[in-house]
Amino acid sequence: MLKPAAAILGQVILYGAFAAFVGYFATSPKYQQIPDDVALIKLSISHLGDRECRKRTPEELQKMPPNMRAPMDCPRERSDINLEVDIDGQPAFRTVMHPTGLYKDGVSTVYKRFEVKAGTHQLAVRMNDNLIKPGFNFVKEAEITLKPAQVMVIDFNPDKGGLFFK
Amino acid sequence: MSLHALLRNTTQTLLQRVEEAFDAPFGGASNPLRHLGALGLYLLWIVVGSGLYLYTVLDISIDGVYASINYQSQELWYFGGILRSLHRYASNAFVLVMMLHLLREWAYGRYYGFRFYSWITGVPLIWLVYASGIGGYWIVWDQLAQFSATATTELLDWLPIFSEPAARNFLAPDSINDRFFTMLVFIHIGIPLLLILGLWAHVHRISHVDYLPSRQLMLGTIGTLLLLALIKPALSDAAANLALSPTELRLDWFFLFIHPLADRTSPAIVWSLLIAATALLFVLPFLPHPKTEPVAVVDADNCNGCSRCLADCPYAAISMEAHPKRPGYKIAIVDPDLCASCGICAGSCPSSTPFRRQEQLVTGIDMPQQSVDDLRLQLEARLAQLSGRTKIVVIGCDHGARAQALAAPDTAVISLICTGILPPSFVEYALRGGADGVLLTGCRSGGCEFRLGTRWTTERLSGQREPRLRSKVPPARLQLVFASANDKQTLADALQEFRTRIETQALSADPLQPYFRRTSHHA
Repeated sequence: MLKPAAAILGQVILYGAFAAFVGYFATSPKYQQIPDDVALIKLSISHLGDRECRKRTPEELQKMPPNMRAPMDCPRERSDINLEVDIDGQPAFRTVMHPTGLYKDGVSTVYKRFEVKAGTHQLAVRMNDNLIKPGFNFVKEAEITLKPAQVMVIDFNPDKGGLFFK
Repeated sequence: MSLHALLRNTTQTLLQRVEEAFDAPFGGASNPLRHLGALGLYLLWIVVGSGLYLYTVLDISIDGVYASINYQSQELWYFGGILRSLHRYASNAFVLVMMLHLLREWAYGRYYGFRFYSWITGVPLIWLVYASGIGGYWIVWDQLAQFSATATTELLDWLPIFSEPAARNFLAPDSINDRFFTMLVFIHIGIPLLLILGLWAHVHRISHVDYLPSRQLMLGTIGTLLLLALIKPALSDAAANLALSPTELRLDWFFLFIHPLADRTSPAIVWSLLIAATALLFVLPFLPHPKTEPVAVVDADNCNGCSRCLADCPYAAISMEAHPKRPGYKIAIVDPDLCASCGICAGSCPSSTPFRRQEQLVTGIDMPQQSVDDLRLQLEARLAQLSGRTKIVVIGCDHGARAQALAAPDTAVISLICTGILPPSFVEYALRGGADGVLLTGCRSGGCEFRLGTRWTTERLSGQREPRLRSKVPPARLQLVFASANDKQTLADALQEFRTRIETQALSADPLQPYFRRTSHHA
């Protein structure tokens, strides 16, 4: 053990180093996730894929108990969803979203972040939620202008007409 | 030597040097590196106390949460602002102390055998600390909170645990509502409660736990944190706005380092690293390690159920049960899984006195590898070999300064598993057997390999704890030196000083009545 004065000085130095370490790394070095001139496009879709339903014939309905005579016969499984995103005419993302759940009866989801330069871009999103049918039954194309650090979201809501940007 | 052992030994040597350097200004009792567990608990209480205040002033609504915290920092900076800063800096310091504690326990090999339980129960606590700390940053709901919330949920979404991406909750300004903050506060209080419960389990199998560090260390720590809070108060960034991505962030690297790591690598790599690190910590006790020593053994005929061993055991390895041979008496029972093989129990046993006239000294609780009988025989043999003007018996500790190097014709040396194994009556026995002085050395204060050996020995020899050294033993003939394995010269100097003191201060005026067991017995 040092003499009292030296011990106090030593403690002051060590407590000071402790405070400096904690204080510095509590806020520094600064972190920049995206450059200043970049904006974000977030693709986030959560949607139940379509399913192929069949209309029951009157004979079939007649054979069923009265309380179970649903006119449509729908399978439990949902279709995969095909999704394409083009930015400025270039393919930016291609995926097939699979339904969740053990019986493949849950929603299909996707979440993806794109970093683009701030400015004007041509954005095209195409989606097919029933792969038995060819092509894309939902398409959204638009020219967008993004400010630096702006976040634009690509989402899907059938009640809002399908694909939409916000 | 395996790579792991080499790495561990190197780290231990380095840490030991730093700890010993810290002993100089702080002293062993207030050395923060020797009391990391207690210091961590103290920091946690600061976090809990300041957090309770912040909870009472927090407005849990989207618009109110940011403003209410900011009000504390801006308008009530002298109270609420300081408490907020304390909350943050004490949390940061807690992480630092926790990591040092983990590193130290690993480096000193304190993760297997009887320490298995404490090690294993400590690992999940790291996850709880991080879950609580990261969630705490979200409550402020500034840009840093927005960044952390988004980055954390993006990381979580990599795991197949949510049916919908959790990051969808932070897509746009209208994605969250007031209930989000209610849930957040609930989690931010709930997880620390779990942490406290986990800490209770963590120290459950340790007795005489230091729940708080020394007063000096507490004052120094709180003073430092208060000063830091005044010089650099914790402030919010701009309010969160989910329509904009945060740009330059004043990141807290103690808690949020994981986000840049995920950005630079990928969620898969981050999770792999976290899971691998956790698995490694869990697996560590099962890796090859030195063979464990035999545990303490109780002799029913010599155990009178006094419970001193129960009181002194540092690892709660002893319990008392009904004596099988003496109705109404109790007997000590040793749990082999918890026993550290330190022998402190043997040192506490009143039957361990060497003055007993049995040819073979059998005590109530003893160590097979260094029994009290062996110790007496060894001491008698060494005393018989001593010659010279001033005969000194040095009793050392296997984990402290190496005493064997001091052996000489006038210096007898005995090394113990732990200083705490020595019954105080052995000091008197050595002096009455022909020694002019007894120098007892053990680990430095706060650095005992078995936690309490140094403390119990000091208290027993100074008459503060049973079994006490009899008061008729002249204090001047006993010297205590607490020295680590690196303090060889300190020990040699202390011995020389002790010898000179005995020789110059005419201590022959206070001799004890000689006692030789065999002749006394026959007489």
